[in-house]
This record gives sequence, structure tokens and C-alpha cells, in this order.
Amino acid sequence: MIISNNISKKYGQNEVLNIESLDIPKGQSFGLVGNNGAGKTTYFNILLDLIRPTTGQIKNNNVIVNESEDWKSFTGSFIDESFLIGYLTPEEYFYFIGDLRGMNTADVDTYLQQFSELFNDEIIGKKKFLRDLSKGNQKKAGIVGAMMGNPSVVILDEPFANLDPTTQIRLKQLLKTLTEDRDVTLLVSSHDLNHVTEVCERIVVLDKGIVVKDIQTSSKTLQELESYFAV
Amino acid sequence: MAFFALYFIVSFLSIGIGGYYLLKKEFPEQDPLQIVNSFLIFAILGDLIVRYLMQKLPIMNIKPMLILPIKKRSLVHFVLGKSTFSFFNFMSLFFYIPFAIVLIKEGYDTPGIIGWLLAMLFIIQAINFLNFLINKNNIAFWVIAVGTAGLIALQNFEILDVRIYSQRIFDAIVANPPLAIIPLGVALVLYYLNFNLLKNKVYLDDAVSKKIKEATSADLSWADRLGDVAPFIKNDIRLIWRNKRTKTVFLMSFLFLFYGLIFFDNPIYREKMPGFLLFAALFVTGGFTLNYGQFVPAWDSSYYKMLMSQNIRYRKFLESKWFLMVAMTTILYFLSIPYLYYGVDIFLMITAGAIFNIGFNSLFLLFAGSFNRKRIDLEKSGFSNMQGTSATQFLIIIPLMVLPMLLFWVFDKFVSTNAGLIAVASLGIIGLLFKNYFMNLIEKKYIKDKYAAIHAFDQKS
Repeated sequence: MIISNNISKKYGQNEVLNIESLDIPKGQSFGLVGNNGAGKTTYFNILLDLIRPTTGQIKNNNVIVNESEDWKSFTGSFIDESFLIGYLTPEEYFYFIGDLRGMNTADVDTYLQQFSELFNDEIIGKKKFLRDLSKGNQKKAGIVGAMMGNPSVVILDEPFANLDPTTQIRLKQLLKTLTEDRDVTLLVSSHDLNHVTEVCERIVVLDKGIVVKDIQTSSKTLQELESYFAV
Repeated sequence: MAFFALYFIVSFLSIGIGGYYLLKKEFPEQDPLQIVNSFLIFAILGDLIVRYLMQKLPIMNIKPMLILPIKKRSLVHFVLGKSTFSFFNFMSLFFYIPFAIVLIKEGYDTPGIIGWLLAMLFIIQAINFLNFLINKNNIAFWVIAVGTAGLIALQNFEILDVRIYSQRIFDAIVANPPLAIIPLGVALVLYYLNFNLLKNKVYLDDAVSKKIKEATSADLSWADRLGDVAPFIKNDIRLIWRNKRTKTVFLMSFLFLFYGLIFFDNPIYREKMPGFLLFAALFVTGGFTLNYGQFVPAWDSSYYKMLMSQNIRYRKFLESKWFLMVAMTTILYFLSIPYLYYGVDIFLMITAGAIFNIGFNSLFLLFAGSFNRKRIDLEKSGFSNMQGTSATQFLIIIPLMVLPMLLFWVFDKFVSTNAGLIAVASLGIIGLLFKNYFMNLIEKKYIKDKYAAIHAFDQKS
């Protein structure tokens, strides 16, 4: 589904990403871990054609992302709060994204119903602008926005950060169901090794822009990751 | 916004320098200083009203310092002291200082004028601190607004000569400069009151709290009829209405509607400088287009990445901005119909200006916008906010204003006034006829500059 070939990104002399080859097959739930500055967000930004790679290219479902924009219709993403429009209420934001993704108001309302548990009555109908919501609630709105319109690729950067424990557990459940019937390819990055091993069937560790581990998740994975990061 | 600020600075400066001579010429038998003094009471009240609407004490600035080892009293002194140097306090000095210098040069009593200038300085500070005291109170605002309107009415209907009292007060200061100590005293007392009020409130759930406004949603479903630009138009309307800076741009564009009053009545422009009449005519309908258009797409900079990762056609995003500019120009044009009072020729000029704004300026501003590389944080606001301003903003004024003025001037001088108007309007009509062609070019330019814009808008200053 997502094929990265010889991707690198340099700022001056400083190389922040260098991935020779990385294939993420359709329906995989893929986790990206690494310390700050490992290149996780850079990789996602290149995948979303928000920055240009110095070399190489990424194909998303056979679309070269920086040559055609066709990937946008089947890719949903939430990178950070700059993906939210602060002066809209959550409802207005969902209707806006819905409009862009071919959903009418009724579609959006039906879609949102399944998230009532996740939202926990803190998002919808609160008469608050997104900019006035707490970080955790902003994140919830962003994640739900990213999954609108049945995308076949969902990209979430640090989805668990800032969420309260209950929501973390609910989100894990949500992400597991999302990839259950193997239609959706899910890419998440996380600093939380517990969550990422639980949700993802494959985990790639980046260090200073280079793939240092590529693991099919098993019962030993968490231990392996913990010992890797315990330096 | 920078545009407004610059505009006011230049206006104040030129009235400050030229005001004395102008008054001397218009009212040779009166003393210019006395005329100014007689109006000062209105200037001060007006200043207070403007501040009430636009200036807030930036107390949130001390939030990061609350946990540092600094006494709370010092923090309050810091935030109040800093407000002494606010933009609002400097604005009117651009008038008072050059005016005072001219007075001294013209042989007025130097100590008297210096006393007068100091008094004005202290009064500005007093207004500054008075505003912070009353700012939370809507009743206070209405009392001042109604009071000011009342005074103006009394003056206008010649029931009470307010001006003579104003004049006496300020004349007294010129005659007796040590009196300037009175406004100083008032300013100090107001400072102290502010300090006392704040010093026990430096807590996150009190003075140092962000005011959260309840979101009210207007029904914008009428926009759905506009087809696939509708989501963007709805968004843009909310953008304008829910953010202070854009809202000011919107409201100010109605103020610009009155801009023509300064020019159209003046025989000097009519006879000698008709080019400036066109300048005014462009502003009458163009306030919104100019001030909103010049910051496209920076208005959307805080979520630009998201837009770029969505399945949108860039064209729709631009069309929505274009639509808003055209719609607002049209509305302002209809509101300008009373200018017929100054004659059909003036109204035709406004018409030509409106056509130029719609056809040429709106497209040109979208094009110029692709050079914007400065982020605008919508949540930061205020009249003095110059964020997003760069050399581009000043360069674009040339084609927007100077080009039509020049064109009009040439035709007016060598052919006829009507030919000049037709020439200006034609440029607008050409823009309108070839809109799709130009839009294609503009869209290509934006797409080409996408990465540079994303990168630039990501830089928080």
C-alpha cells in the first residue's frame, strides 16, 4: 500500500531521515517509535506531501505522493493541533471536513454517533470553539476528523499523547476495530511503547532518521523495545 | 492592519505639521491653538471610546512569570508599566508633538506649549489607565458613548457651547504651565487604582485567566446554494467574524465608506487634483478587499498544513476568498449610493472604482498573496497587530492604487474625465472577463509555492 523508496531528507548538512526501503502492506497496523528527533513526524510529513524529500519517493496506493494529489481522497491524517481550525466548534469542523470528503450533514451526524463514548460528552454540543478545548479533547476531535469519509489509509502522529487513561483505552479499542477487517492501513507513531505494541502488528524503530528495528509484534516485543530504549 | 496603522500615523503626522497653517488660513481671525483646544474634549472622549473597543490590558503576558521568583507586586507594576508604551499611547503623539513644535516655531510661549504638551502626554496616560478600569463594564461604556454623543448634540444644536469650556481648560494650561501637574496627578491616581485592583487578583482563576467565549453559531446554510465553494465560504465567514483581527478588518471597511467625505467636498481636489478623488473613490468600496485580500492565504496559516493534506481543489479555496471580496465590494458600493449628493460625476467615479476593485484588485491581491510568507496567529489580536506584514504589503499598494490614479490622471488630462473613468473601469472589466484565465495562473502559482508557504506558516514568531 505504502512503498517508500530511498527516502531521505536533509536540512543543509544535517540528515534527519534516511529510509532505504519501507513497504507497508494494505491493512497493516503499523507503528513508528523513536526518541525525539528520530524522524517520525518528518516521515509522515513527506508521506502527506507537506515537505519534499531530498531524495526518493513515496507511493501511496500506487500514487507518487509528490506528483499527483489523488492520494488525498483516500488518506486521512492528524499530525498535530495545527490540523484543527481553532475558531470552529467541533461540529462545524466535522461538517467542514465532511464536506471536503463528500459527506452531507446527515452522514456526518451518523458518523459521529459511534464516537459518543470516546467523546464522553465533552466535545459535541458544548458551544466551545476548538481553540478553547483542552489538549486531550482537541486530540480526540482531530483523530475522529482524520477517520472521516472511510479513508483506506489513516495516519496519526502521537494519538495517545494528552489523552486521559479512559480515552487511551477506548482509542486503542477503536484503532483495533478500525484495522480488524484489513481494509484500512493504519500508521501511528507513539512514545508509549505499551500502547503501540498493543495496537500495532508491526513496529519500526527509527533512530536519527534510520530504521534500526523492524519487528512483527509478538509477546516479546514490548520487552525487546524496552531494553532497546533503556540506555 | 499595518495599513491602517501606517495610514493613521501619516495622517496624524501631516495634520500635526500642517494643521497650524491650515487653520490659520481657513480661520485667519482665530488662534489655531484655541481652535484645537476647543476640540480636545471630543478628541479625549473619542480616544477613550476607541480604546474601550480595542485595547485590553495584556495581563496574560505575566502568566509564565507567575512561578518565577518575582514578587506579585512587581508583576503588576510590570504589566501596568508596560502598557504605558502601548501603541495607543503613541498614536496621538504623532499629532501633538509636531503640532507643539510648529507652535513654538511660530512664536508661542515655549514654557506654555511645553506645559500643554506634557499635559496631553499625562492625559493620554490617564485615559490609558482609565480604560483598564472601566473595560470590564459595559455600563461605563454606554455612559461614555451616550455622554459624548450628548455633548456633540448640545454643541451642534447650539444649546450649550461645550467647546468654549474645553478651550478654557486647555488655554489655562498654556497660560499657566505648572497646571500640567493636575493630569499627572490624575494619571498617577488611576495607576494606583489599577494596581490596587489587580494586586490581589494575580491568580489563574481570576485576573490572569483566559476568557472563554461561548460559541454561537449563525445559520449559514444559505451559502450551500453557492455550490462546492460553499464549505470554504462558510469557513471564511466564521474566520472573519470569530477572530478579532479579521473582525476589525471587516468593521473598518464600513468606516472607509466615509473616506470620500474628506475629499469629495473639497474644491481643491475637484479642480486641481482629480486623481485624488479617484483615490478616495477606490477606498470607499475597497476597504474590505484591500485589507482582507492582502493577507490571503496567511489568514489560514495556522491550519494550512491540514488544508494541504485534504482532498480539496486549491481553486475552491481561492474562489471563496474572491467571492467574499467581490460580495463585500458590491455591498459597499450599494451603501455608497448617498454619495450621489455630491453629484453624478462623483458617483460615477465610485462606480469606476468599484469595478476596478472587483475586477482588478481582487485578482491582483490573490496573486500578491502567494508571496505572503508570514504567519498570522488569529488568536493574537489587536489594532496594533502588524503580524504577517512584510515588504509585500507595501509594494502591492503601487499597482492597486497608483496604477488606476495614474491611468485616470493621464486620460483626464489629455482626453476627458469620462475617458479616465472608462479607462479605469475597463481594467476592471478585463479582469472580470478573463477571470478564469487569471485564476488558473494564480492557482498554479499557489500550488508551486505550497511547500514554501507550509514551511513559512509553520514558523511561530
